[in-house]
Amino acid sequence: MNSIHDMGGMDGFGPIVREENEPVFHHRWEGRVYALTRLVKPWGRGRDWPGFRFVLESIPPADYLRMSYYERWFHMTATRLLVSGLVTGTEFEAGRADPGAGKPDLLPAAKGSLGFGLLDHDVPARFSDNEAVRARNLNPRGHNRLPRYVRGRLGTVAEDYGVYALQDSDEHGRLPLDTPQHVYSVRFEARELWGDRAGSRDAMYVDLWEDYLEPAR
Amino acid sequence: MDHTHDHGHDHTHGHDHGHDHGHDHHHHDHDHQVVPDDIALRVKALESVLVEKEMVDAAALDEIVDAFENRIGPRNGAQVVARAWVDPGFRERLLADGTSAIGEFGYLGGQGEHMKVVANTSKVHNLLVCTLCSCYPWPTLGLPPVWYKSAAYRARAVIEPREVLREFGLEVPEDVEVRVWDSTAEIRYLVLPERPAGTEDMSEEELATLVTRDSMVGVATVAPPSGDGS
Repeated sequence: MNSIHDMGGMDGFGPIVREENEPVFHHRWEGRVYALTRLVKPWGRGRDWPGFRFVLESIPPADYLRMSYYERWFHMTATRLLVSGLVTGTEFEAGRADPGAGKPDLLPAAKGSLGFGLLDHDVPARFSDNEAVRARNLNPRGHNRLPRYVRGRLGTVAEDYGVYALQDSDEHGRLPLDTPQHVYSVRFEARELWGDRAGSRDAMYVDLWEDYLEPAR
Repeated sequence: MDHTHDHGHDHTHGHDHGHDHGHDHHHHDHDHQVVPDDIALRVKALESVLVEKEMVDAAALDEIVDAFENRIGPRNGAQVVARAWVDPGFRERLLADGTSAIGEFGYLGGQGEHMKVVANTSKVHNLLVCTLCSCYPWPTLGLPPVWYKSAAYRARAVIEPREVLREFGLEVPEDVEVRVWDSTAEIRYLVLPERPAGTEDMSEEELATLVTRDSMVGVATVAPPSGDGS
C-alpha cells in the first residue's frame, strides 16, 4: 500500500523531538492499549481479522500523522474487534457487554496459514551473497514491506537470513500471501538511493523478501 | 487533554464508531473524531467489555504493563553489550548469531525472536530505524521512545543520517561509513557500541551501567565513566 506509513526519505517533518527521562507509557490508557492489543490477538484466529499493519496503514494520511502511536494502536484493535464481530458497536459505545450476546469461543487457527517467524522449510535460495539485485517496482494495494525508496534501485545481497513466510496481504488486509521464501539483507549504496545528497561511503541495509527482488541484469 | 468525567460504565459517547464494516470499505465511516478526545474513556470502555466477555483478564493486562514499565528495558541490552566487551568469545558468537547469543540471557520473545547485532568500529557507525512502522527489539531494549516512532526520525534517518546524528550530538567523521539498518522484515537489530577508553579496570557489571539505550540504537556512543571530563 502506498501511503504515509512509508515515510523513509520524506522532508518537512522538522527536528526530532526528544524527551528526557521519558516514561514507558505517558498515560495509563496507553499501557492498557498496548496490553489489550497483545491479549486479544488469539481471539482473531479463525475469524475475519484484518492484518495489524494493514489496518494501521489504512488510516488516511492526515489522520495518521495527527494520531499518536498508541492512538493508532487503539484504532487498529477496536477496528479488528468490530470487523470480526467480537465486540459490537453498541457494546463499544456502552462500555458493557450485551447480556444477550453470549461469550465468544477461541477458535483454532485457519488451516494453511504459515504465521510469523523463521520457518524450517527447505526452499532453495534464488540469490546468493554478494549478488547484485534490483528491488522490483511493486505497488500492491495490500500490505507489503517493500519501501518506496528502494523500488527499482540496485543493491547487493549482504546476507541470506533464511526462510520466512511473506507477510503481504490482499487489498482488504486479509488472505496472507504467505508463501515461504528467503529474506535477504540487501545493501544499497546511499547515493544509489538519494543521489549526491547522501554521503559517498554511506549505505542502507534493507530486509527484503525474495519476491521483492529480481536479478540486477 | 484532561478530562474529569465520571468513568462510569454507562457513559455513552455519540461518535458513530463503525457499524458498517464491510469488506471493501472499513473503519473510516466516522469521518471526524478519528482521534477521540476522550480516548482514555473509550479505552476503558473497551477494556470493560473485553473483561466482561472473559476475553481478557484484567490481571494479565496489569502484568504486561508492569513488565514493560519495570522489567523489560534497555538494562537488558546493556548486559549483552557489557558481556561482549569483556568476553571475546561471546562477542564473536553475538555477531555471528545474535539470536542464540542473546538467548543465553533469555532476552528473546515478542519482537526479538530473530536478532542481528551490528558492531560499531573505528570504520563503521551503525544506526537503526524502522521506516514503515516502528519495529524495535522489545526484549533487549523495551518499548521504543516517542522520537524513534516519530515521523521525523522515520523519514530522515535514511536520507540524512549524519544530520540526524548531529542533532543527537554525534558528529561522525567523514571517513567513517554510516550504515543505516531499516528493519522491514522480521529481524530485529541491536547496535554493539564501542567500549569507551578508560574502562579497562571496570567489571562487566560496572560497564553495563555505562551503556545507554541510545547507544544501542546508534544515535549515541557510550561515554567514558563520568568524572573523566571528556
